Amino acid sequence: MEKVNKNTVPESFPGQVHPVPGGDIVLTKLDDIINWARSNSLWPLTFATSCCGIEMMSVASAKYDFSRFGFEVARATPRQADVIIIAGTIVNKMAPVLKRLYDQMADPKYVIAMGACAISGGPFFYNTYSVVKGADHVIPVDVYVAGCPPRPEALLHALISLQEKIKSGMTREQIKEQPTQTLPKGGL
Amino acid sequence: MNNEELKEHINSLSFGEGWGEASGDWLCFNIEPKDWKRFAKNLRSNPELNFDYLFCVTCVDWKTHLTMVYHLTSTSYRHVIVVKAKLDRANPEIETVCDTWRTAEFHEREQYELFGVKFLNHPDLRRLILTDDFEGFPLRKDFEDPVNMIKL
Repeated sequence: MEKVNKNTVPESFPGQVHPVPGGDIVLTKLDDIINWARSNSLWPLTFATSCCGIEMMSVASAKYDFSRFGFEVARATPRQADVIIIAGTIVNKMAPVLKRLYDQMADPKYVIAMGACAISGGPFFYNTYSVVKGADHVIPVDVYVAGCPPRPEALLHALISLQEKIKSGMTREQIKEQPTQTLPKGGL
Repeated sequence: MNNEELKEHINSLSFGEGWGEASGDWLCFNIEPKDWKRFAKNLRSNPELNFDYLFCVTCVDWKTHLTMVYHLTSTSYRHVIVVKAKLDRANPEIETVCDTWRTAEFHEREQYELFGVKFLNHPDLRRLILTDDFEGFPLRKDFEDPVNMIKL
């Protein structure tokens, strides 16, 4: 009898693989395997409004390389993107543009608020006529990353946290409704 | 020309009344708003000065009055001067210089929307970046916006 090569099945795979003659049988839940696939192929939108964008580009480039985790390549159109990383200050004139980009993304879609400006308006510009005090006034946010700007490692952590969130199988509305729900071990 | 020579040269033009030098890293000239247009033309066309590049137009709100600030340089001589004009806060008006330096056209539109300075004879004095229905002049010291700003 042929032995299953354990190396071909990743540890994170949500299911069991049973070796039988003539091929393996995979046992899993469809919901789990969909979430598993989604979480490992999250293409971000090319969207940056200030200095956090430079840090985001750094995360995309060779040294930090978010492709390793499935954030393969930044897309220049919202139609092909799964996650929008709000990297920078959102001003009142930008808010409708951000909303429109979010609306144009296909479901399921996710949002990461990167840095102080996207979280709360920022450490410098919050008390002005022009700045939106947090991107969550415009669109719902899944993961917040603190920093000004956050280190590339921090953004990577946020991206991995988003994956854990997706793998846990709930929408953000469901998570909000169940405040006692604990996330999987090692997640968030 | 160094700053001293530049100062002497520009003073020798003896332009109008009530203008002189102020302090600062760059050579500054305070002028009357009514003299600005002729002075500007002179700075640009004088072959020894050749101020052909207006690289910054801004405004300062001193609460008692406004000051228009123009930064000029010459791409051939590389010397820099700053020209300041004191304006009435209630009715700030000054001649446009966009026929002397084309770049002033949008620089002046910016000062128009942020400080409410009226540039006389400007060909297209509209708001530059703010929305058309924006009320008030946001960079004035007494600007209030209770929705977006907290008072400190």
